[in-house]
Amino acid sequence: MEDRLRRTMMFVPGNNPGMIKDAYIYKCDSIMFDLEDSVSYSEKDSARDLVYNALMSIDYGDKELVVRINDPRSEGGINDIKAMVAAKIDVIRLPKTETVDDIFVCEKEIAKAEKANGFPEGTIKMMAAIESAEGVINACAIAKSSSRLIGIALGAEDYVTDMKTTRSPEGTELSFARSMIIHAARSAKIAAIDTVYSDVNNEEGLIKEVTLIKQLGFDGKSVINPRQIEPIIKIYTPTSKEIAKAQAIMEAIEEAHKKGSGVIALKGKMIDKPIVMRAERVLKLAKISHVL
Amino acid sequence: MDKNFKLSDINNLDKIESLNGLFDGNNVFKNSANLVEKECKVLSSLKEAIIKSGLKDGMTISFHHHFRDGDFVLNKVMNVIAEMGIKNLTLSASSLLAIHEPLIEHIKNGVVKRIETSGVRGELAEQISRGLMDIPVVFRSHGGRAYAIHSGQLKLDVAFLGAASCDPFGNANGYSRDNDTGIIFGSMGYAKTDAQYAHKVVIVTDNIVPFPNVPAGIPQSDVDYVVKIDAVGDPKGIMSGATRFTKNPKELMIAETAADVIEASGVFNDGFSMQMGTGGASLATARFLKEKMLRKNITCSFALGGITGQIVKLHEEGLIKKLLDVQSFDLDAADSLKNNRFHQQISAYYYASPDNPGSAVNQLDFLILSALEVDVNFNVNVLTGSDGVIRGAIGGHQDTAAGASLSIITCPLTRGRIATVVDKVNTIVTPGKTIDIIVTDQGVAVNPLRPDLKEKLEVAGINITTIEMLRDKAASLVGHSLPIEYTEKVVGIVTYRDGSIIDVIHQIKEYDDESLDF
Repeated sequence: MEDRLRRTMMFVPGNNPGMIKDAYIYKCDSIMFDLEDSVSYSEKDSARDLVYNALMSIDYGDKELVVRINDPRSEGGINDIKAMVAAKIDVIRLPKTETVDDIFVCEKEIAKAEKANGFPEGTIKMMAAIESAEGVINACAIAKSSSRLIGIALGAEDYVTDMKTTRSPEGTELSFARSMIIHAARSAKIAAIDTVYSDVNNEEGLIKEVTLIKQLGFDGKSVINPRQIEPIIKIYTPTSKEIAKAQAIMEAIEEAHKKGSGVIALKGKMIDKPIVMRAERVLKLAKISHVL
Repeated sequence: MDKNFKLSDINNLDKIESLNGLFDGNNVFKNSANLVEKECKVLSSLKEAIIKSGLKDGMTISFHHHFRDGDFVLNKVMNVIAEMGIKNLTLSASSLLAIHEPLIEHIKNGVVKRIETSGVRGELAEQISRGLMDIPVVFRSHGGRAYAIHSGQLKLDVAFLGAASCDPFGNANGYSRDNDTGIIFGSMGYAKTDAQYAHKVVIVTDNIVPFPNVPAGIPQSDVDYVVKIDAVGDPKGIMSGATRFTKNPKELMIAETAADVIEASGVFNDGFSMQMGTGGASLATARFLKEKMLRKNITCSFALGGITGQIVKLHEEGLIKKLLDVQSFDLDAADSLKNNRFHQQISAYYYASPDNPGSAVNQLDFLILSALEVDVNFNVNVLTGSDGVIRGAIGGHQDTAAGASLSIITCPLTRGRIATVVDKVNTIVTPGKTIDIIVTDQGVAVNPLRPDLKEKLEVAGINITTIEMLRDKAASLVGHSLPIEYTEKVVGIVTYRDGSIIDVIHQIKEYDDESLDF
């Protein structure tokens, strides 16, 4: 799980068989089937059946498969959990998470379903989407509330509405939420996924936003159109310059170890532990991005 | 000349056959009046043109489809012919579209007894598939039709060729340099061959412009009569502003892979030549090739075929030196043909005839085409749909696939619930022997006849699968559909570009309502 990239998590509406049947052809790291907001109330049951049958019959390769369920306190949400656990989905994404209690309710239902299907407890992982002021304030507690959690995500559309504001191209209104979520994720050692960029035809804007969230430390972003995948991957892939620098650092440290020298310098600059860790991360990312 | 000089004074005069005796002054004509009024080719009505052309029962008439779904010419001419009581005609069109639905009545009334075309669409196609005609429709590729006409197998008695502008002597164009009326379709490529070979040629236009209408798509030497009618077409149906690159992520992905395949296959070198067929993925390949051209610092010597605004852009940016245009796909392409010196219109014969070693298709380094269906033998169907109904056109598919050094088919593995890669195509249009590579959203398959290509793609790290695996993958996604049911009656004959019969299309069997009950 540790090495898994989560640069791009692609939304696939749970009521769209055309998209569900071959979503694996795109280069996203995770596929997120949505049973919640993109499915109208009258289609909830058929969407659940559709996603269940797709999971049971289609080979999605090595993609991480996530499903966004309905409120686990509702009958629909419970049925979602039952069906998705039976289909052995990788991750259940809980929407509109506000308190640790929300996580516990969902976790309990998942554990029940795991037992019913004879799976070891903890087989199914969880993700929490934070979409309100309450959720942002509780982000740290939420992130640490369950060993099932592999990540937390920001859901900006509901969040800005709750904050009585709107989304701007600069994203100023999200700065606190993003900072809270990335800190919560890092302190819990789980992934942090940024919100969607809704203007699919504005590649320039997407690139700007992804550059920002990568710099903040986010692991990746939710995408609503496959066309958004490539630009995001590009930004997250280490450049040849970054790779060369990381390699030089690793060589220097190896050289120093051989000589038994304690002080390591490269081109006149001291190399200490955090620099080495960053270099290691760059090389690891380069390897899984197939550029090394 | 000396008055006493006699013809017999010239030795061996009987050996020179091309002279007309001694000058006597009787044939001297001084044009002091305006020739335009006195001796131009303009006639007052379609009826007069039909009478003068000598059109009789049982003859063959021809039309082009450059007006596409905005064409008024074919329907107007057919109505006059029907009113005049002429029957049993063979209609040869470069293609037929939904707007030509009124032909159904002319077929029922015996005005048209036989059709030759590259394709049929709309209600006419539906009815032909359901057995409208006694004699099967003959489908020919653009090159195959040009060859049949050139070789005399397909004799055109009278060609009625619509034009956006024409001068009084028959110099005709697909746009107007004078009195622009807003009707524009660009290249007259398919009409050029008809004009050259038909016994009588009538240009039908709504815009008579001053002489000389140069440079002309069809020159006056090929034209007998010119008729002005109220309107030749509806601009909305003729073409749209500019064909944009697709935004469909799947098509873009296929296009990107196709561009990678081209780069890896060894044909992507300075001075290369190319053609992009219709279809989102095939057109969008140009976008990814552009990036590669800039990176490799190479240019294309010529682009061929249906030309789009995107190809024109590359031409204007200096990345493609020349454009050979048999059919302009959008307004940007038509405008470019009018304005760019090295954007030239070519005839269907020049484009694709199989008996012409200089056919432009033979000079192609690579080609990207679409397909409705491809089978495990790489045979392609672009003519009949999954319900067995005719819904497409051969176009230049067969010709370009045979001519290009590298022929690539781009298509999604499935469309909705229908598989694109199948065991056996419904109708064979283009033989698998001429198709080299299939690029789908779920893998690339190389024709086993081209192990050289397979090796090159593997070296470049392109993931290759087999056509059988693609077929199986498609079947695993959408299942197997029930076979289409046909009657014994043949409604269409599909010819290969040499005129031989490559396949036939049968009449589809009607479902009785009870069989649909569950």
